[in-house]
Amino acid sequence: MTVVAEVQGLTKQFGKVHAVDDVSFTLTENRIYGLLGRNGAGKTTLMSLLTAQEFATRGTIRVFGENPVENAGVLARTAFIKESQRYPEDFRVKHVLSSAPWFFAGWDADFAAALVDDFRLPLDRRIKKLSRGQLSAVGVIVGLASRAPLTFFDEPYLGLDAVARQLFYDRLLTDYAEHPRTIVLSTHLIDEVSNLLEHVLVIDEGRILIDSDADTLRGAATTIAGTASAVDAFTRGREVLHRESIGGLASATVGALDAAGRRDASAAGLELAPVSLQQLIVRTTTSGEDLS
Amino acid sequence: MDESRPIFQQIAEQIENDIIAGLLPEETQVPSTNEFAAFHRINPATAGKGVNLLVDTGILYKKRGIGMFVAAGSRERLVAERRERFREQYVQPLLVEAEKLGITADQLTAMIQKGGGR
Repeated sequence: MTVVAEVQGLTKQFGKVHAVDDVSFTLTENRIYGLLGRNGAGKTTLMSLLTAQEFATRGTIRVFGENPVENAGVLARTAFIKESQRYPEDFRVKHVLSSAPWFFAGWDADFAAALVDDFRLPLDRRIKKLSRGQLSAVGVIVGLASRAPLTFFDEPYLGLDAVARQLFYDRLLTDYAEHPRTIVLSTHLIDEVSNLLEHVLVIDEGRILIDSDADTLRGAATTIAGTASAVDAFTRGREVLHRESIGGLASATVGALDAAGRRDASAAGLELAPVSLQQLIVRTTTSGEDLS
Repeated sequence: MDESRPIFQQIAEQIENDIIAGLLPEETQVPSTNEFAAFHRINPATAGKGVNLLVDTGILYKKRGIGMFVAAGSRERLVAERRERFREQYVQPLLVEAEKLGITADQLTAMIQKGGGR
């Protein structure tokens, strides 16, 4: 598998704050990654570093084998769509789309035109007159039609309604299938995107907590519920990610259970419930526990 | 999609179900990985993993440059495998629940014999 980006010991400090704290990981070719974490976890800073919009305090970054800073060859193959993407205010939508090929070597104007129809975007409207959702649609279109071998979407859908978000996911999947590339999706809407992701990076307080295949994480945790004594007896000797109790009842989130573990739990009168990727991440990033 | 299990397993199971139900007859072509991905709105690599699981077990086979096909004898094999798992998957939980509710074996048998009549 070809490595597209590699980060080692990467740290970014803003004054005393370590926005990104000694982070190491690799992104490989033609995969969809989820970069997940709470607000202020360091997601945007990390993507800004990889696209050379911020400079690292320490550590190394290699994108397509090179340092991305001031590197036009690398940046032409990289797209970064930010949550609050800015365009010149007097531009009209069509100006944004017609200037995009200057920045993106792989720009597909026909695909962009098809997406404009899909999202019902008014081409002649000035950027400053667009609604929040329409502005997000511009970003989504630029990000998709750039077909950049390394594309970052940072919360690209502020103001987009459920229909438009689904459209984004559908177009992303079909275009990715025809034109494989590396895509990093940063989002809070984990439930909506979890099936699209092949690999998941969870960042919390500037550090990577989870770097794992999405399918491995599925079923990596189970919630058991029942009387507190039964729950405690069952969880003894097991890793507990999260525990809640009300009166004599308790629920606990534990690591993966094998068939025997499931039988034991049922026999002890415990209810078993799956833990979604979103719940797993909420539980990992609120307790601050490392899930390795 | 069920949250508790890897998606590729569920894709594989769904294809198996379609083979058992006769929707995918033996020696016919199954949809491509990208078609599965678009239909279920999942990552194509995940769909591919599900299909490959069935290639590994010999349920599907690859015709180079054309696609995946259902192997001869697949249906019979799958039915036999499912029958073996039936007791563990369906009968045991049924008995556990029945015991919890105080339903006797005789009452349970009567219910089963009444069956689909409802």
